[in-house]
Amino acid sequence: MLKKVVNIKNLFHYTPAMLFLVILISVWQYTVNKYEVPPWLLPSPLKVGQALWETKSLIWGHAQITILEISTGFSLAIILGILVSTLMTLFPFAKRIFYPFLIFSQTVPLIAVAPLLILWLGYGLLPKFIIIILVCFFPIAVSLLEGLEVSDRDLLNLLRSMGASKWQIFYYVRWPHALPSLFAGLKIAATYSVMAAVIAEWLGASQGLGVYLTRSSNNFLTDRVFAAIITISALSFLYYTIIMLLTKLLLPWYSQISQNND
Amino acid sequence: MTLSVSNLSKRYLENNQEVEVFHNLDISLERGSFVSLIGPSGSGKSTFLNIIAGIELPDTGKVYLYGKDITGTSGNVGYMFQKDLLLPFRTLEQNVRLGCDLRGLDKKTTSDSTRKWLERFDLQEFANYYPHQLSGGMRQRGALLRTILFGQSTLLLDEPFGALDALTRREMQYWLLSIWNEMQNTVLFVTHDIEEAILLSDQIIVLSKRPAEIVEILDVPFPRPRNPELILSTEILEIKKKLFHLLNA
Repeated sequence: MLKKVVNIKNLFHYTPAMLFLVILISVWQYTVNKYEVPPWLLPSPLKVGQALWETKSLIWGHAQITILEISTGFSLAIILGILVSTLMTLFPFAKRIFYPFLIFSQTVPLIAVAPLLILWLGYGLLPKFIIIILVCFFPIAVSLLEGLEVSDRDLLNLLRSMGASKWQIFYYVRWPHALPSLFAGLKIAATYSVMAAVIAEWLGASQGLGVYLTRSSNNFLTDRVFAAIITISALSFLYYTIIMLLTKLLLPWYSQISQNND
Repeated sequence: MTLSVSNLSKRYLENNQEVEVFHNLDISLERGSFVSLIGPSGSGKSTFLNIIAGIELPDTGKVYLYGKDITGTSGNVGYMFQKDLLLPFRTLEQNVRLGCDLRGLDKKTTSDSTRKWLERFDLQEFANYYPHQLSGGMRQRGALLRTILFGQSTLLLDEPFGALDALTRREMQYWLLSIWNEMQNTVLFVTHDIEEAILLSDQIIVLSKRPAEIVEILDVPFPRPRNPELILSTEILEIKKKLFHLLNA
């Protein structure tokens, strides 16, 4: 009962945005019709929808590859990020070695490194995984690292007074304390990962949404370009939603607190 | 003698200057006694408790528990802070049993005693609530419970009720006394509140300003159980006056 009320409230919450979207699309359709804009320059929303429908199996084929790349790369980035941040928290010396490199890695432009990776590793999946890891690793590692820093001295004193070891403090306090921060990082990384996959495919691949995008663009099939954009956005949104749901499921205390603060 | 410290001194570096917080403190607590420690702020009461709890090391001196040297070792006493310090990601029940989990005690026994104590504290309905869903008084009661369930017979309480309103504080004092009566804990209680000290303690230790030394050890002669109205009586006024002058000397 209560849940229903909340859902209806949520619906109303998004109504203005939905209305705005409808207006935007209508204006787009109207302008394209009225001024007879050539479809290679700007297709109408209807044409985009049509392209999306007609090439859906083609898009799905490409999307599967992209999903495979993202899921693998993202998972590996999570594992790597957790490993490195944990190591740096437990062994401050490791932090002194690795942290500068972690920051430095962000100054290297992806668009310059990606062609190199493809040159060295070929057109297969491996360079895509690596590019996605490179992009996702940083937000995950840094947000987890921040979360693992428990600044409340009294809290640490309490645990120490109970005779807790460094490992116990990590397990009982630092790790759960870091989870909201980690999930915030995962949200960012999730949307980045889709972008990274598309860019990687763009620079050299035989399959994937990035390939579909470049091919359509090269052939002036602008309606398909838009169809690809919609698919990519939907994919980003999907990953984002999965992380959101996981946050709610795994951190019930945290979603309650943040809801109260809304 | 349960808990005793001898010759305890501690210096700090503050703004590049060495400050002696307290100097050659000697204190010993009878088994099962309730002793309050009062003194001006900055007289190092919290540092003193930290040293007993084994979180900090003294510059000189030793801490003994039942005759055993426990200087610099932790986990020997229950320690409660002014802040409740409940972990936001643990439910009340999980918070209360934190000490038992850390000590690796048997899960079943822990669950049973946790449930029993939650009931005793009128908190059983809130066992699965997270700290942010509880009132300040309930959280502090949870913190007190966590300290007791840690299972050590000596308790250090560092202004545990300082952040509570007067009414809730009365209630908490009542809880504390009823537990102390039942468990026969030895309690070292730091407070700013003269009335609280008189109402609760067998003995009040008064510290001076920095570098802190013991100015006076006062016995509180009133029989127990003590009625809260005691603080209105004339006999108590003498003690209050004395403490007041000692603190403002």
